[in-house]
Amino acid sequence: MSRWNPIIIPAPSDLSADETFDLKGEVCPYTFVKSKLALEMMESGQILQVIVDNAESATNVPQSLTNEGNAVLGCEQINATDWMITVRKK
Amino acid sequence: MFGFTNDQIYRYSRHIILPDVGGVGQKKLLRAKVLLVGAGGLGSPAAMYLAAAGVGALGIVEFDTVDLSNLQRQLLHRTQDVGRPKIDSAQDTINALNPDVKVVKHPVVLDSTNVMDIIADYDVIVNGTDNFPTRYLVNDACVFAGKPLVDGSIFMFEGQATVYDAAHGGPCYRCLFPTPPPPGEVPSCQEAGVLGVLPGIIGSIQAIETIKLILGKGDSLKGRLLLFDALAMEFREMRIQKNPDCPVCGDHPTLTTLIDYEQFCGAPFPSNPLKQALKEKETVEVASSR
Repeated sequence: MSRWNPIIIPAPSDLSADETFDLKGEVCPYTFVKSKLALEMMESGQILQVIVDNAESATNVPQSLTNEGNAVLGCEQINATDWMITVRKK
Repeated sequence: MFGFTNDQIYRYSRHIILPDVGGVGQKKLLRAKVLLVGAGGLGSPAAMYLAAAGVGALGIVEFDTVDLSNLQRQLLHRTQDVGRPKIDSAQDTINALNPDVKVVKHPVVLDSTNVMDIIADYDVIVNGTDNFPTRYLVNDACVFAGKPLVDGSIFMFEGQATVYDAAHGGPCYRCLFPTPPPPGEVPSCQEAGVLGVLPGIIGSIQAIETIKLILGKGDSLKGRLLLFDALAMEFREMRIQKNPDCPVCGDHPTLTTLIDYEQFCGAPFPSNPLKQALKEKETVEVASSR
Protein backbone atom coordinates (compact mmCIF):
# COMPACT_ATOMS: atom_id res chain seq x y z
CA MET A 1 0.00 0.00 0.00
CA SER A 2 1.25 3.46 -0.92
CA ARG A 3 2.25 5.81 1.88
CA TRP A 4 0.47 8.54 -0.09
CA ASN A 5 -3.25 8.84 0.44
CA PRO A 6 -4.70 11.77 -1.44
CA ILE A 7 -7.73 13.33 0.19
CA ILE A 8 -10.49 12.98 -2.35
CA ILE A 9 -12.49 16.15 -2.90
CA PRO A 10 -15.18 15.89 -5.59
CA ALA A 11 -15.01 19.05 -7.70
CA PRO A 12 -18.35 20.81 -8.26
CA SER A 13 -19.64 19.73 -11.67
CA ASP A 14 -20.48 23.25 -12.83
CA LEU A 15 -16.89 24.51 -12.54
CA SER A 16 -15.05 25.71 -15.60
CA ALA A 17 -11.31 26.16 -15.31
CA ASP A 18 -9.60 29.35 -16.50
CA GLU A 19 -6.35 27.45 -17.05
CA THR A 20 -5.48 23.76 -17.24
CA PHE A 21 -1.96 22.33 -17.13
CA ASP A 22 -0.88 18.78 -17.77
CA LEU A 23 1.90 18.08 -15.26
CA LYS A 24 2.12 14.35 -15.96
CA GLY A 25 5.69 13.13 -15.75
CA GLU A 26 6.53 15.68 -13.04
CA VAL A 27 7.15 14.65 -9.43
CA CYS A 28 7.22 16.53 -6.13
CA PRO A 29 8.08 19.25 -5.52
CA TYR A 30 7.96 20.32 -9.19
CA THR A 31 4.24 19.58 -9.55
CA PHE A 32 3.66 22.16 -6.80
CA VAL A 33 6.31 24.56 -8.12
CA LYS A 34 4.68 24.59 -11.57
CA SER A 35 1.16 24.85 -10.09
CA LYS A 36 2.33 27.83 -8.03
CA LEU A 37 3.93 29.49 -11.06
CA ALA A 38 0.73 28.92 -13.06
CA LEU A 39 -1.33 30.58 -10.29
CA GLU A 40 1.05 33.55 -10.18
CA MET A 41 0.20 34.24 -13.83
CA MET A 42 -3.55 34.25 -13.04
CA GLU A 43 -5.92 36.70 -11.38
CA SER A 44 -7.30 36.34 -7.88
CA GLY A 45 -10.46 34.19 -7.91
CA GLN A 46 -9.59 32.39 -11.15
CA ILE A 47 -9.64 28.61 -11.29
CA LEU A 48 -6.71 26.40 -12.20
CA GLN A 49 -6.81 22.69 -12.93
CA VAL A 50 -3.64 20.60 -13.02
CA ILE A 51 -3.30 16.92 -13.89
CA VAL A 52 -0.67 14.85 -12.09
CA ASP A 53 0.11 11.16 -12.48
CA ASN A 54 1.30 10.14 -9.02
CA ALA A 55 -0.34 9.81 -5.62
CA GLU A 56 2.45 11.73 -3.89
CA SER A 57 1.68 14.84 -5.93
CA ALA A 58 -2.06 14.32 -5.50
CA THR A 59 -1.44 14.30 -1.74
CA ASN A 60 1.09 17.13 -1.46
CA VAL A 61 0.05 19.64 -4.12
CA PRO A 62 -3.41 20.33 -2.61
CA GLN A 63 -1.81 20.65 0.84
CA SER A 64 0.86 23.12 -0.36
CA LEU A 65 -1.65 25.14 -2.38
CA THR A 66 -3.88 25.36 0.72
CA ASN A 67 -0.89 26.42 2.87
CA GLU A 68 -0.39 29.37 0.54
CA GLY A 69 -3.97 30.49 1.08
CA ASN A 70 -5.64 29.12 -2.06
CA ALA A 71 -8.90 27.17 -1.99
CA VAL A 72 -8.62 23.59 -3.21
CA LEU A 73 -12.00 22.84 -4.79
CA GLY A 74 -11.32 19.37 -6.07
CA CYS A 75 -8.91 16.42 -6.06
CA GLU A 76 -10.12 13.41 -7.98
CA GLN A 77 -8.63 10.35 -9.63
CA ILE A 78 -9.74 10.62 -13.26
CA ASN A 79 -8.30 7.34 -14.58
CA ALA A 80 -5.99 4.51 -13.56
CA THR A 81 -2.95 6.79 -13.25
CA ASP A 82 -4.03 10.43 -13.23
CA TRP A 83 -5.40 12.93 -10.75
CA MET A 84 -7.10 16.25 -11.40
CA ILE A 85 -6.55 19.00 -8.84
CA THR A 86 -8.80 22.06 -8.99
CA VAL A 87 -7.85 25.22 -7.11
CA ARG A 88 -9.18 28.77 -6.85
CA LYS A 89 -6.45 31.42 -6.57
CA LYS A 90 -6.54 33.45 -3.36
CA MET B 1 6.96 28.16 -19.18
CA PHE B 2 5.61 30.86 -16.83
CA GLY B 3 8.48 33.13 -17.88
CA PHE B 4 11.18 30.63 -16.92
CA THR B 5 13.01 27.91 -18.80
CA ASN B 6 12.35 24.40 -17.52
CA ASP B 7 15.93 24.30 -16.20
CA GLN B 8 15.35 27.54 -14.29
CA ILE B 9 12.20 26.13 -12.69
CA TYR B 10 14.27 23.20 -11.41
CA ARG B 11 17.32 25.29 -10.48
CA TYR B 12 15.34 27.85 -8.49
CA SER B 13 12.56 25.52 -7.27
CA ARG B 14 13.58 25.84 -3.60
CA HIS B 15 13.28 29.60 -3.91
CA ILE B 16 10.01 29.48 -5.84
CA ILE B 17 8.47 27.26 -3.14
CA LEU B 18 9.19 29.91 -0.49
CA PRO B 19 6.10 32.07 0.13
CA ASP B 20 8.27 35.22 0.34
CA VAL B 21 10.04 34.51 -2.96
CA GLY B 22 7.90 32.61 -5.45
CA GLY B 23 8.24 33.06 -9.19
CA VAL B 24 7.72 36.79 -8.73
CA GLY B 25 10.69 37.12 -6.38
CA GLN B 26 12.87 34.85 -8.46
CA LYS B 27 12.23 37.06 -11.49
CA LYS B 28 13.29 40.08 -9.40
CA LEU B 29 16.55 38.28 -8.60
CA LEU B 30 17.11 37.39 -12.26
CA ARG B 31 16.66 41.05 -13.21
CA ALA B 32 18.80 42.45 -10.37
CA LYS B 33 22.23 44.00 -10.79
CA VAL B 34 24.63 43.78 -7.87
CA LEU B 35 28.13 45.23 -7.65
CA LEU B 36 30.73 43.46 -5.54
CA VAL B 37 33.59 45.65 -4.44
CA GLY B 38 36.35 43.07 -4.14
CA ALA B 39 36.52 39.39 -5.02
CA GLY B 40 38.40 38.34 -1.90
CA GLY B 41 37.33 36.90 1.43
CA LEU B 42 33.94 38.64 1.72
CA GLY B 43 33.34 38.90 -2.02
CA SER B 44 33.80 35.15 -2.54
CA PRO B 45 30.87 33.77 -0.53
CA ALA B 46 28.74 36.79 -1.42
CA ALA B 47 29.42 36.29 -5.14
CA MET B 48 28.87 32.55 -5.03
CA TYR B 49 25.57 32.68 -3.13
CA LEU B 50 24.29 35.59 -5.20
CA ALA B 51 25.26 33.72 -8.37
CA ALA B 52 23.60 30.54 -7.13
CA ALA B 53 20.51 32.58 -6.28
CA GLY B 54 20.31 33.73 -9.90
CA VAL B 55 21.13 37.42 -9.52
CA GLY B 56 21.08 38.53 -13.14
CA ALA B 57 24.20 40.67 -13.27
CA LEU B 58 27.15 40.55 -10.90
CA GLY B 59 29.65 43.34 -11.35
CA ILE B 60 33.03 42.77 -9.78
CA VAL B 61 35.60 45.44 -9.00
CA GLU B 62 38.98 43.78 -8.50
CA PHE B 63 42.46 44.57 -9.70
CA ASP B 64 44.50 42.04 -7.69
CA THR B 65 45.93 38.68 -8.74
CA VAL B 66 45.42 35.41 -6.86
CA ASP B 67 48.08 34.73 -4.24
CA LEU B 68 48.60 31.39 -2.51
CA SER B 69 47.85 33.06 0.83
CA ASN B 70 44.36 34.04 -0.43
CA LEU B 71 43.18 30.45 -0.76
CA GLN B 72 42.77 29.97 3.00
CA ARG B 73 39.54 31.98 2.75
CA GLN B 74 38.80 33.27 -0.78
CA LEU B 75 36.71 30.44 -2.20
CA LEU B 76 36.24 31.94 -5.67
CA HIS B 77 39.83 31.06 -6.46
CA ARG B 78 41.63 27.73 -6.71
CA THR B 79 45.21 26.56 -6.47
CA GLN B 80 45.52 26.50 -10.26
CA ASP B 81 44.45 30.17 -10.33
CA VAL B 82 47.49 31.44 -8.41
CA GLY B 83 48.99 34.29 -10.42
CA ARG B 84 45.82 34.89 -12.48
CA PRO B 85 43.77 38.07 -12.17
CA LYS B 86 41.18 37.44 -9.44
CA ILE B 87 38.48 38.90 -11.64
CA ASP B 88 39.08 36.14 -14.22
CA SER B 89 39.03 33.25 -11.78
CA ALA B 90 35.95 34.81 -10.14
CA GLN B 91 34.23 34.91 -13.52
CA ASP B 92 35.13 31.27 -14.23
CA THR B 93 33.79 30.11 -10.86
CA ILE B 94 30.56 32.09 -11.21
CA ASN B 95 29.95 30.98 -14.81
CA ALA B 96 30.54 27.35 -13.85
CA LEU B 97 28.08 27.70 -10.98
CA ASN B 98 25.29 29.43 -12.88
CA PRO B 99 25.29 30.38 -16.56
CA ASP B 100 22.22 32.60 -15.94
CA VAL B 101 24.49 35.17 -14.29
CA LYS B 102 26.19 37.81 -16.39
CA VAL B 103 29.54 38.76 -14.87
CA VAL B 104 30.59 42.35 -15.53
CA LYS B 105 34.28 42.88 -14.95
CA HIS B 106 35.68 46.14 -13.62
CA PRO B 107 39.45 45.50 -13.43
CA VAL B 108 40.26 48.86 -11.89
CA VAL B 109 41.29 50.43 -8.60
CA LEU B 110 38.29 52.45 -7.44
CA ASP B 111 38.97 56.15 -7.06
CA SER B 112 37.12 59.42 -7.11
CA THR B 113 37.26 59.59 -10.92
CA ASN B 114 35.60 56.24 -11.71
CA VAL B 115 33.46 55.15 -8.75
CA MET B 116 30.29 57.10 -9.64
CA ASP B 117 30.23 55.77 -13.20
CA ILE B 118 30.81 52.18 -12.03
CA ILE B 119 28.12 52.09 -9.34
CA ALA B 120 25.55 53.93 -11.50
CA ASP B 121 24.36 50.75 -13.23
CA TYR B 122 23.74 48.70 -10.08
CA ASP B 123 20.81 48.26 -7.69
CA VAL B 124 22.83 47.20 -4.64
CA ILE B 125 26.53 47.59 -3.78
CA VAL B 126 28.23 44.90 -1.66
CA ASN B 127 31.34 46.07 0.14
CA GLY B 128 34.09 43.50 0.39
CA THR B 129 36.99 45.88 0.49
CA ASP B 130 39.95 45.40 2.79
CA ASN B 131 41.09 48.99 3.13
CA PHE B 132 39.87 52.28 4.56
CA PRO B 133 40.34 54.55 1.53
CA THR B 134 38.04 52.36 -0.57
CA ARG B 135 35.61 51.91 2.33
CA TYR B 136 35.17 55.69 2.68
CA LEU B 137 35.11 56.23 -1.08
CA VAL B 138 32.41 53.60 -1.65
CA ASN B 139 30.37 54.88 1.29
CA ASP B 140 30.44 58.47 0.05
CA ALA B 141 29.70 57.42 -3.54
CA CYS B 142 26.70 55.33 -2.41
CA VAL B 143 25.36 58.27 -0.37
CA PHE B 144 25.73 60.60 -3.37
CA ALA B 145 24.12 58.07 -5.74
CA GLY B 146 21.39 57.06 -3.26
CA LYS B 147 22.35 53.37 -3.44
CA PRO B 148 22.11 50.84 -0.62
CA LEU B 149 25.50 49.57 0.54
CA VAL B 150 25.65 46.12 2.13
CA ASP B 151 28.72 46.41 4.28
CA GLY B 152 30.90 43.77 5.86
CA SER B 153 34.25 43.75 7.57
CA ILE B 154 36.44 41.18 9.25
CA PHE B 155 39.39 41.29 11.59
CA MET B 156 41.11 38.30 13.20
CA PHE B 157 38.19 36.41 14.81
CA GLU B 158 35.61 39.20 14.62
CA GLY B 159 33.32 40.47 11.94
CA GLN B 160 30.61 43.03 11.37
CA ALA B 161 27.82 43.49 8.89
CA THR B 162 25.24 46.19 8.30
CA VAL B 163 23.28 47.93 5.56
CA TYR B 164 23.98 51.60 4.93
CA ASP B 165 21.12 53.28 3.12
CA ALA B 166 21.19 57.01 3.72
CA ALA B 167 18.68 57.59 0.90
CA HIS B 168 16.06 55.71 2.92
CA GLY B 169 16.62 57.15 6.38
CA GLY B 170 19.47 54.90 7.49
CA PRO B 171 22.91 55.90 8.66
CA CYS B 172 26.04 55.76 6.51
CA TYR B 173 29.53 54.62 7.44
CA ARG B 174 30.58 58.18 8.26
CA CYS B 175 27.69 58.49 10.76
CA LEU B 176 29.64 55.95 12.81
CA PHE B 177 33.18 56.84 11.83
CA PRO B 178 33.23 60.40 10.43
CA THR B 179 36.87 60.31 9.34
CA PRO B 180 39.41 57.57 8.66
CA PRO B 181 41.87 56.62 11.36
CA PRO B 182 45.32 58.12 10.85
CA PRO B 183 47.49 56.04 8.51
CA GLY B 184 49.41 53.46 10.49
CA GLU B 185 46.90 53.06 13.30
CA VAL B 186 44.90 50.11 12.03
CA PRO B 187 46.52 46.90 10.83
CA SER B 188 45.32 44.99 7.78
CA CYS B 189 44.46 41.27 7.64
CA GLN B 190 47.91 40.78 6.18
CA GLU B 191 49.43 42.00 9.42
CA ALA B 192 46.89 40.83 11.98
CA GLY B 193 45.65 37.61 10.41
CA VAL B 194 42.09 36.45 9.91
CA LEU B 195 40.27 33.20 10.53
CA GLY B 196 39.57 31.74 7.10
CA VAL B 197 35.96 30.80 7.82
CA LEU B 198 35.09 34.25 9.20
CA PRO B 199 34.49 35.92 5.80
CA GLY B 200 32.32 32.92 4.96
CA ILE B 201 29.94 33.94 7.75
CA ILE B 202 30.02 37.69 7.15
CA GLY B 203 30.01 37.46 3.33
CA SER B 204 27.05 35.07 3.49
CA ILE B 205 25.18 37.53 5.72
CA GLN B 206 25.90 40.21 3.11
CA ALA B 207 24.46 37.92 0.42
CA ILE B 208 21.29 37.41 2.49
CA GLU B 209 20.86 41.14 3.07
CA THR B 210 21.36 41.80 -0.64
CA ILE B 211 18.73 39.23 -1.59
CA LYS B 212 16.29 40.69 0.97
CA LEU B 213 16.79 44.18 -0.48
CA ILE B 214 16.14 42.88 -4.00
CA LEU B 215 13.03 41.00 -2.88
CA GLY B 216 11.83 43.83 -0.64
CA LYS B 217 11.24 41.30 2.15
CA GLY B 218 12.13 41.08 5.82
CA ASP B 219 13.90 43.55 8.11
CA SER B 220 17.26 44.62 6.76
CA LEU B 221 20.30 45.42 8.86
CA LYS B 222 19.70 49.11 8.12
CA GLY B 223 20.26 50.94 11.40
CA ARG B 224 21.73 47.85 13.05
CA LEU B 225 25.36 46.80 13.21
CA LEU B 226 25.66 43.04 13.61
CA LEU B 227 28.82 42.00 15.46
CA PHE B 228 30.13 38.46 15.32
CA ASP B 229 32.78 37.04 17.63
CA ALA B 230 33.94 33.65 16.40
CA LEU B 231 35.97 32.81 19.50
CA ALA B 232 33.04 33.45 21.84
CA MET B 233 30.65 32.21 19.10
CA GLU B 234 28.44 35.15 19.82
CA PHE B 235 26.35 37.53 17.75
CA ARG B 236 25.56 40.94 19.16
CA GLU B 237 23.68 43.85 17.71
CA MET B 238 24.19 47.59 18.06
CA ARG B 239 21.56 50.12 17.11
CA ILE B 240 23.11 52.73 14.86
CA GLN B 241 21.40 55.96 13.99
CA LYS B 242 21.75 58.55 11.32
CA ASN B 243 24.02 61.29 12.65
CA PRO B 244 22.55 64.73 11.91
CA ASP B 245 26.10 66.07 12.03
CA CYS B 246 27.43 63.44 9.60
CA PRO B 247 29.81 65.16 7.19
CA VAL B 248 28.34 63.38 4.17
CA CYS B 249 24.67 62.49 4.87
CA GLY B 250 23.87 64.84 7.77
CA ASP B 251 21.64 67.90 7.79
CA HIS B 252 24.45 70.21 6.73
CA PRO B 253 26.98 68.07 4.84
CA THR B 254 30.50 69.43 4.67
CA LEU B 255 31.73 66.75 2.29
CA THR B 256 30.16 67.12 -1.11
CA THR B 257 32.89 65.66 -3.30
CA LEU B 258 34.71 62.34 -3.25
CA ILE B 259 38.05 62.03 -1.50
CA ASP B 260 40.98 59.81 -2.41
CA TYR B 261 42.59 59.04 0.91
CA GLU B 262 46.16 57.82 0.92
CA GLN B 263 46.69 54.11 1.38
CA PHE B 264 47.16 52.85 4.91
CA CYS B 265 50.00 50.45 4.35
CA GLY B 266 52.94 49.39 6.43
CA ALA B 267 51.05 49.99 9.65
CA PRO B 268 52.52 48.78 12.90
CA PHE B 269 50.19 46.45 14.80
CA PRO B 270 48.61 48.08 17.85
CA SER B 271 46.41 46.19 20.32
CA ASN B 272 42.96 45.52 18.87
CA PRO B 273 42.04 49.04 17.75
CA LEU B 274 38.75 47.96 16.16
CA LYS B 275 37.43 46.61 19.43
CA GLN B 276 38.53 49.78 21.17
CA ALA B 277 36.82 51.94 18.56
CA LEU B 278 33.62 49.93 18.93
CA LYS B 279 33.72 50.13 22.72
CA GLU B 280 34.03 53.88 22.51
CA LYS B 281 31.19 53.95 20.00
CA GLU B 282 29.02 51.77 22.18
CA THR B 283 29.60 54.05 25.15
CA VAL B 284 28.52 57.01 23.09
CA GLU B 285 25.50 55.04 21.87
CA VAL B 286 24.43 54.03 25.36
CA ALA B 287 25.01 57.52 26.70
CA SER B 288 22.98 59.12 23.94
CA SER B 289 20.05 56.75 24.35
CA ARG B 290 19.56 57.63 28.02
